[in-house]
Amino acid sequence: MDTEGVEGVLHAGGTPIVTITGCVIVAIRDDLDDQSVMHLQDELVEEVARRGARGVIIDISALEIVDTFAGRMIGSMAQMARMMNARTILVGMRPAVAMTLVELGMTLVGVETALNADKAMNLIVNDLPPVALAQ
Amino acid sequence: MPNDTVSVTLRRASDVAYARQAAMQTMAAIGASSIKKTKFVTAVSEIARNAVLYGRGGVITFEIVGSGPRRSVVAECMDRGPGIADVALALTEGYSTGSGLGLGLSGAKRLVDRFEIASSALTGTTVTMECFAR
Ligand SMILES: Nc1ncnc2c1ncn2[C@@H]1O[C@H](COP(=O)(O)OP(=O)(O)OP(=O)(O)O)[C@@H](O)[C@H]1O
Ligand SMILES: [Mg+2]
Repeated sequence: MDTEGVEGVLHAGGTPIVTITGCVIVAIRDDLDDQSVMHLQDELVEEVARRGARGVIIDISALEIVDTFAGRMIGSMAQMARMMNARTILVGMRPAVAMTLVELGMTLVGVETALNADKAMNLIVNDLPPVALAQ
Repeated sequence: MPNDTVSVTLRRASDVAYARQAAMQTMAAIGASSIKKTKFVTAVSEIARNAVLYGRGGVITFEIVGSGPRRSVVAECMDRGPGIADVALALTEGYSTGSGLGLGLSGAKRLVDRFEIASSALTGTTVTMECFAR
């Protein structure tokens, strides 16, 4: 990775959180238990505050499932980030996960989606309007 | 596979992750499609978490049934909790006595091919779910 613009790197459990040009970026690598999900949520919110970040990008392309607990954590994290004037963008959601979230009735209000981290960063850095809300 | 049954003890929240792994492995063993795997594992996650949160823990057992292309996985999640007084109410979207969204039970039911709840104050709650390979 190009280190230009990197403002900070920290680890929540085994998951690295990198801040680049005002975007807090995390790639969730595999299935996390509830405790780890909560821990990650805390770390992300704190990192947004510490860096005065304008956005959070969560790459979930490695995740085969997102259940109501993980969905609720993502939703409340987005709310907290929003109060600190930061957007939350989910990237890499698998089709099976999207279908499951709909069947669960999870709306993820306030969470945006983008195809990949590059596109998400572009939205945040250039302050572009959301592509589509994950409704 | 010599033995087509696997059980996971559910005591704490971290055990829910083990239940998901076991669910994923059994679905992979019957050659399930990725969408079926995701749906079933998500349903298992919801039911196993409920057993930990509201059922004072329990055990979830996965069994492969049938043969050939019509193979399926049957999960049975048993707890020794207080039971669900009104199952129909608990299955209502948005109903929760905890801090959840009340989407777990109704969602799990929608995600699997067969869903049954047996619950009483004496026996606790048993949820049975079946999911075919595709
Ligand atoms: N195994 C169980 N034993 C006793 N009560 C249960 C059990 N499972 C569910 N319930 C009751 O049914 C309610 C609805 O369950 P459901 O999973 O739909 O929602 P939740 O767990 O409260 O929230 P969510 O699953 O969306 O995080 C629970 O709040 C609880 O009162
Ligand atoms: Mg639940």
